[in-house]
Amino acid sequence: MISFSSTFKLSFRALRVNKMRSALTMLGIIIGVGAVIAMLAVGTGASSQIAAQISSMGSNMILVVPGTTTAGGVRMGAGTQSTLTMDDAAAIEKECPAVSDVAPTQNGAAQVVSGHLNWSTGITGTTPGMLNVRDWPLSSGRPFTAQDVRSATKVCLLGQTVVDNLFGSADPLGQVIRIKKIPFIVIGVLGPKGQSPNGQDQDDTIYVPVTTAQKKLFGTTFPGTVRAIMVKAKSAGDLAAAEQQINELLKQRHHISQKQDNDFTVRNLTQMMQAAEQSSKVMTMLLGAIASVSLLVGGIGIMNIMLVSVTERTREIGIRMAIGAKTWDIRYQFIIEALTLSMIGGTAGIAIGLGGSKILSMLAGWPTVVSVPSILLSFGFSGLIGIFFGYYPAYKASLLDPIDALRYE
Amino acid sequence: MAIIEVSNLSMTYRLGDIDLHALSNLTLSIDKGEFVAVMGPSGSGKSTFMNILGCLDKPTQGTYILDGQLVGDISRDDLAGIRNRKIGFVFQGFNLLPRTSAIENVELPMLYAGLSPAERTKKAMAALKSVGLEGREHHHPNQLSGGQQQRVAIARALVNDAPIILADEPTGNLDTKTSNEIMELFVKLNNDSNITVILVTHENDIAAYSRRVIRFVDGALVSDTRQEQRR
Repeated sequence: MISFSSTFKLSFRALRVNKMRSALTMLGIIIGVGAVIAMLAVGTGASSQIAAQISSMGSNMILVVPGTTTAGGVRMGAGTQSTLTMDDAAAIEKECPAVSDVAPTQNGAAQVVSGHLNWSTGITGTTPGMLNVRDWPLSSGRPFTAQDVRSATKVCLLGQTVVDNLFGSADPLGQVIRIKKIPFIVIGVLGPKGQSPNGQDQDDTIYVPVTTAQKKLFGTTFPGTVRAIMVKAKSAGDLAAAEQQINELLKQRHHISQKQDNDFTVRNLTQMMQAAEQSSKVMTMLLGAIASVSLLVGGIGIMNIMLVSVTERTREIGIRMAIGAKTWDIRYQFIIEALTLSMIGGTAGIAIGLGGSKILSMLAGWPTVVSVPSILLSFGFSGLIGIFFGYYPAYKASLLDPIDALRYE
Repeated sequence: MAIIEVSNLSMTYRLGDIDLHALSNLTLSIDKGEFVAVMGPSGSGKSTFMNILGCLDKPTQGTYILDGQLVGDISRDDLAGIRNRKIGFVFQGFNLLPRTSAIENVELPMLYAGLSPAERTKKAMAALKSVGLEGREHHHPNQLSGGQQQRVAIARALVNDAPIILADEPTGNLDTKTSNEIMELFVKLNNDSNITVILVTHENDIAAYSRRVIRFVDGALVSDTRQEQRR
């Protein structure tokens, strides 16, 4: 048996003899590997963007909103009824063991003024628990406290976008801004979070104590009602339990019998987002599968050229056999030739895939993430294709009859 | 001492309903160091005989003992091994690998014998020198004359120290002057290294270089004569 390095040299030389043909054969694999890497990069980019947005939204989140009102047979949609109260929020926190943090919210939009600058933004009245629910650390200052909520103090936390628009690069801490002409002291700045899963700028917001929002800014239909209650479950595994506990607790608190519809809705936000992430993963696999078809076609190209090459080189095979090449010497030579074709093609394909996904993200604006496993996968796959599609031509070559092969013109 | 011994050798090809007897009931022995010319009209069975001697083909009947070893029912790969170690082939059409330098052509048998690259280069250089091609190691076949190409082929046949050279009309594609040079090279190898040379030829001038002439007609041995070697 001849050594691997000698066989490799033989194969490399044979490929160099027909440079144009070898290059064209490789092109199939280059395009295939490039397509697999680029498509996987697009898919992975999309799902990692979704994953990042989910974690920016806060993990293990459940949203409780009031139910619908019906006015003269016209149903008004979720959240139109004021059935959730501060007491509901406190009860959820106290009585649902699967829940770790609770933040009731009362929100609205308002014009905000600081000095000669003004900005329109969403104001959310909430409790200190909000920062835990949203996994949202402050970049400077302090959060407001339970005491601030009890006494409805006029303090606020600004999102980064609001800071940029009202203060530019100046330090907003301790400054006074006016929300609906009421002065608020800026006590903290929320860390930048970026876009939400549905494309909203999460940093374009102001947090104030919920009581301040209810009494001074937006008012309430009934005292103590809130627009929504945001809940964080203790862990991802506790989400379903938390959902059920909240449902049961609120049914009981709102005196809803089995036959009646709930006057509230519990939504598992994280689960919805995870479903979106899951579907983007399926999309990634689909894209990869379609791209691997082109890799397969490239493999068939290799087989085709190797068959031609074996026929063309029948006499060479005969000479080699006459002077002592064994069956597997010949077979290895052609398998390694196919493998070399596909591996060089694979390497070039990786470069094309990397470049292609860069170009895609630049031109189409898609986020692309080239993962190391996708490179290894497509490179390994191209190697397997080389061996698989190279085997038959090599097998054919190795079984030639030396006498016939020597006579071949 | 016989290096080649065939007894009751027959080769039958089946073409449709007809059995074609390419060789029938051949018994012959060739001693080590002999210089034998095989002659006969085309279709007389010389090529079949040479293919069997070269372990490229197996006879349908009879036994063949090569250098003390019975070449009977052995595998393709074992036959390849015997060809590699025992037999050097020289063909009419040279059969060098195209686009491959002289030295790499000569290295081929050693590649399949599993020699190291350094050893291969060393022995190939020596073999090329012994056929008078020093300095042309890196020329490709299309940069060499016919005679030079045949010398490369002879170097390739020699390089694994095979005791037998089988030459199938080695001068068929060469002019008279070059033919004589090639034949003198065979004579030299035969005399100096005691290599057994068996060559097929149509020409009496070429057969004259041998010391024994075997003639075939219709698959049968018709004459086996010894002669004075032409110098």
